[in-house]
Amino acid sequence: MIEVCNLSKNYGNKLAVDNISFTANDGEILGFLGPNGAGKSTTMNMLTGYLSSSGGCAKINGIDVLEDPIGAKKNIGYLPEQPPLYLDMTVNEYLNFVYGIKRCKMPKKSHLGEIKSLTKIDDVQNRVIRNLSKGYRQRVGLAQALVGNPATLILDEPTVGLDPKQIIEIRSLIKKLGKNHTVILSSHILPEVQAVCDRIVVIDKGKIVANDTAENLSRTLSADHKLTVQIEGGEKDVKAILEQIPNMDEVHVGREVESNVFEYELNAREGADIRREVFKRMAARNYPILMMRNSELTLEEIFLKLTTGDFYGNEGSEDE
Amino acid sequence: MTAIMKREFASYFTSPLGYVFLAVFYGFSGLFLWMDCLRAGQSDMGVVFSMMFFIMMIMIPVLTMRTMADDKRQKTDQLTITSPVSLFGIVAGKFLAAFAVFFCGMLIMLVYAVFLASSVKTAGGTFGWAVFWGNFTGMFLMGGVFISIGIFISNLTENQMIAAVGSIGANIALCMFDVISSYIPNEGVRNVINQLSVFYKYSEFTIGIFSLKNIVFFLSIIVIFNFLTMRFIERRRWN
Repeated sequence: MIEVCNLSKNYGNKLAVDNISFTANDGEILGFLGPNGAGKSTTMNMLTGYLSSSGGCAKINGIDVLEDPIGAKKNIGYLPEQPPLYLDMTVNEYLNFVYGIKRCKMPKKSHLGEIKSLTKIDDVQNRVIRNLSKGYRQRVGLAQALVGNPATLILDEPTVGLDPKQIIEIRSLIKKLGKNHTVILSSHILPEVQAVCDRIVVIDKGKIVANDTAENLSRTLSADHKLTVQIEGGEKDVKAILEQIPNMDEVHVGREVESNVFEYELNAREGADIRREVFKRMAARNYPILMMRNSELTLEEIFLKLTTGDFYGNEGSEDE
Repeated sequence: MTAIMKREFASYFTSPLGYVFLAVFYGFSGLFLWMDCLRAGQSDMGVVFSMMFFIMMIMIPVLTMRTMADDKRQKTDQLTITSPVSLFGIVAGKFLAAFAVFFCGMLIMLVYAVFLASSVKTAGGTFGWAVFWGNFTGMFLMGGVFISIGIFISNLTENQMIAAVGSIGANIALCMFDVISSYIPNEGVRNVINQLSVFYKYSEFTIGIFSLKNIVFFLSIIVIFNFLTMRFIERRRWN
């Protein structure tokens, strides 16, 4: 279990992490999502004791990282953004070294053997790390984090540099590990977080802007009162009818989908369900509705909305 | 600490660094032995030890230049610092590994001494073992001082070359205390600076003075620089 309360970090005058709090429960995979420079790596570095916090506290399995760093570190497996590999060692030598500094008590040969087969690095175990591809290096980095079977795993962008097949393998491995470890995984790849994580913490400019499941985030931010419809008929006439619907705030006319078929974005007042009214009024004037759907946001749209404040990501795009 | 020490020691010999250090050390000590003992026909190794002081001053920074700098550059410090190892364990492991390589080099002096002693014995004389052990202890401690300074400076940068040049500069400055003191008119200040002179204390060993005061002096410098290295790692975490 990882508990973070009011954690902050200043780099000189710059506030990199601003008073964030969240909890990752046992057996939970928490996605840490944010644009580059949002403070993801800084937070992870504070959780693992690589950096000290300027304020607040971080507890790993109830042990405060600042008060008992060695005790807390025994419960952490950490894969930083750049895997911390000694390029002059072979994979086996490296894992033996990690086994040594983590003061593992488990039977060495079988434990390391199991990790090597989990991360699929058996076939390169006698090769010097310098000669390995980026994908293999990343997997050796992950193997390193698993040594000692720590209760919590902190993985900073674990699938960077892997090919699509390896990405799928690593994701399913992380999901498997999530069953009996607490996992925090940072990423700016949205589908990855959606595919792997139970819960998502979105961080932007050092602050948490959302903390919920992917489904809930999507539900809260999108709403029933926003509809996308495609209607056949004269654009001005249809727009005028739609605007007369009670509780309607705004009607945007979008592109012409087919000849004489236009797409409309309808924004009604919050809580108002205008679907039936739209149907009735269009039916009465004989304008066929060819498509109607709630404008439910994809994770990507949620992300843009949260981090730039704009649904379509038009503003603040310099942050991306 | 043991795991770090073993890894660091092995890494000296997976790269040319350890071999180059030993080759230079063995080569120059052999040359000085030939010049000052074999050719001159005398068994006192004091001059050989004095000359080796300068070789150590330049070669030990080469040995220590990558200890910390490379860890920072390759981000492997993220592994060591986030592992359940104390800062003392990290610094001590690296210090002992570098020291072990240096010790492999200085063992050659013992080989020379045994060789000289047996030659002297056949000629009917006696070899000055007391003087030798004084020198040997001096070299042992001086090596430790240079290594702890080298590791400290390596911790200040990510660039190995800067670490090496910086350490050589620091070593030279440390040994210039005598020269500096001779320009100071005030006798009190001059005495204080003389008391801090590393070279002066080392040369006492080379003439066979085996003083506890000097041993404590060298050990203190080693402890101080290793302590400073730990503090600077800690400081980096807070900044």
